[in-house]
Amino acid sequence: MAASLSSIALGLAGGAMIGCAAAAMLLLLGRIAGVSGLAAQAFRLSDSGSTLIAIAFVIGLPAGAALAKLAGAPMEARFPSIAYLLFGGLCVGFGARLGSGCTSGHGVCGVSRLSRRSLVATAVFMATGILTVAALREAGVVP
Amino acid sequence: MIRAALIALACGCVFGAGLAVSNMTNPARVIGFLDVFGTFDPTLAFVMLGALIPMSVAWRVRTQMDRPLAAQGFNVPSTTGIDARLVIGAVVFGAGWGVAGLCPGPALADLALSPLPAAVFVSAMACGMALYRMLRPTRH
Repeated sequence: MAASLSSIALGLAGGAMIGCAAAAMLLLLGRIAGVSGLAAQAFRLSDSGSTLIAIAFVIGLPAGAALAKLAGAPMEARFPSIAYLLFGGLCVGFGARLGSGCTSGHGVCGVSRLSRRSLVATAVFMATGILTVAALREAGVVP
Repeated sequence: MIRAALIALACGCVFGAGLAVSNMTNPARVIGFLDVFGTFDPTLAFVMLGALIPMSVAWRVRTQMDRPLAAQGFNVPSTTGIDARLVIGAVVFGAGWGVAGLCPGPALADLALSPLPAAVFVSAMACGMALYRMLRPTRH
């Protein structure tokens, strides 16, 4: 994907929506908008409670994306093949639970709080992601 | 409880719409950001910037509040130590993120936009979460 002025402007706008949603979760409900934790609760794969809030938030994600599509947001997308999706999904699910968070919980909510744990986790998963893509590129199998 | 669920639904909607508007629902866009030695695409950095600004303000506002506006109390993590679990978890997560170009939020949002590949990824992700739950040493 090539970046453009419009992709950057839409990125900032979409990012602000994500940040405002996470801010509302914190200030209204006292909760962190960490998607991996909320998804684990919604799927009943976590020991922590308040499942109704988690289910509602998780249903909201595709509902909001569908609304953005209806509103005419550009929806370009290219997915890797099924083997990449299966392996990637397994690692993302396991790693997010072991590391207590993902891009939203650590990357947005934790980094904005200057949490040392989240700063370390975000630096580590970004570095690992970069190395992984570089290795796939070296092997000639970039998804 | 119903009010809290409706608030969470609305927050999820805005969050999911933000992921779609910023095109983070597109794995090629995310892989482009991680592809710093290839065709680098900085868009994801601007999404992070856009999200970090309101959230930083929210953490400041939170210090002035005794309790959230629509719940009994704050339920936020208080652990501070850097341990092997955190680092190894982030390594495994980052590898999966690089391979598929998806993380939990965009994958769930994609269930509405590209149902087939999103369902494959989300099913594998749920298996990974279940595997963690089976293997983890202690309840916490």
